[in-house]
Amino acid sequence: MPQDWLLGLLGGALIGLAAAAYLLINGRVMGASGIIGSLVDRTARENARERIAFLAGLVLFPGVAALVTGTANTHVTGNLALVAVAGLLVGVGTRVANGCTSGHGVCGISRLSLRGIVATVFYIGAGGLTVVLFRHLLGWI
Amino acid sequence: MRFLAAFLSGGLFGIGLMISGMTDTRKVIGWLDIFGDWDPTLAFVMGGAIIPMAIAWQIAARRATPALGGTFPAPPEPRLGRNLVVGSVLFGAGWGLAGLCPGPAIASIVWGGVGGAVFLVTMILGMVAAPSIKQSLAGAQTT
Repeated sequence: MPQDWLLGLLGGALIGLAAAAYLLINGRVMGASGIIGSLVDRTARENARERIAFLAGLVLFPGVAALVTGTANTHVTGNLALVAVAGLLVGVGTRVANGCTSGHGVCGISRLSLRGIVATVFYIGAGGLTVVLFRHLLGWI
Repeated sequence: MRFLAAFLSGGLFGIGLMISGMTDTRKVIGWLDIFGDWDPTLAFVMGGAIIPMAIAWQIAARRATPALGGTFPAPPEPRLGRNLVVGSVLFGAGWGLAGLCPGPAIASIVWGGVGGAVFLVTMILGMVAAPSIKQSLAGAQTT
């Protein structure tokens, strides 16, 4: 669709505003993998309830929007074994690297953090190579 | 107040992910598919998000404390290290396979179906296992 880039820019601006609010109001870096990861591995207990509140908003708002519009679709592949491997890789990788697209990408790059920039180069590079291998060479995705 | 603010930030993040197309795995895989039918949308998402956040960091640098008290995050750690690279490569591989990263995986759980649920559960299992994997990586480095 021709207006995809505009929706991308608008949605991106909302993501940036959410990260800005979380920093300026709560004093926290909005990194999705850290927010959920530190809950499930029980590190950083002192702010657990704040992170649970963040996750509740993250589930509820788009959930209600999806129910209202009825058009939301993630188009996740039906190959559940592949999905499970992908989930494990994302879970381990983001916690070992200490950040994902929101933490290293949005919050890191915007403060010119070298770690954020290097992480982003490597996860986009690895993602690109994975798509080449599994879509174009193997035809699995 | 802290919880309400966090709840609303999470909600705004989720709506942004949804509008931008980040919860649609076809768009994410399309962005990573540089040798196929490349979809540039994600570059606009990143640009749109980084600009307000860069302004926010500038504002934070001029303030003593966040609006609701506490302290601002420490300056970024300058050291890169092997964990950053190894972890990012593993994460990128998983991101390319399924087209989901942690934020959109959580945001889409209501309508993501069985695939979304399998992804979220295995992602959490990976996160639980990560500290011990990190330790063995550190062990391998010293020996």
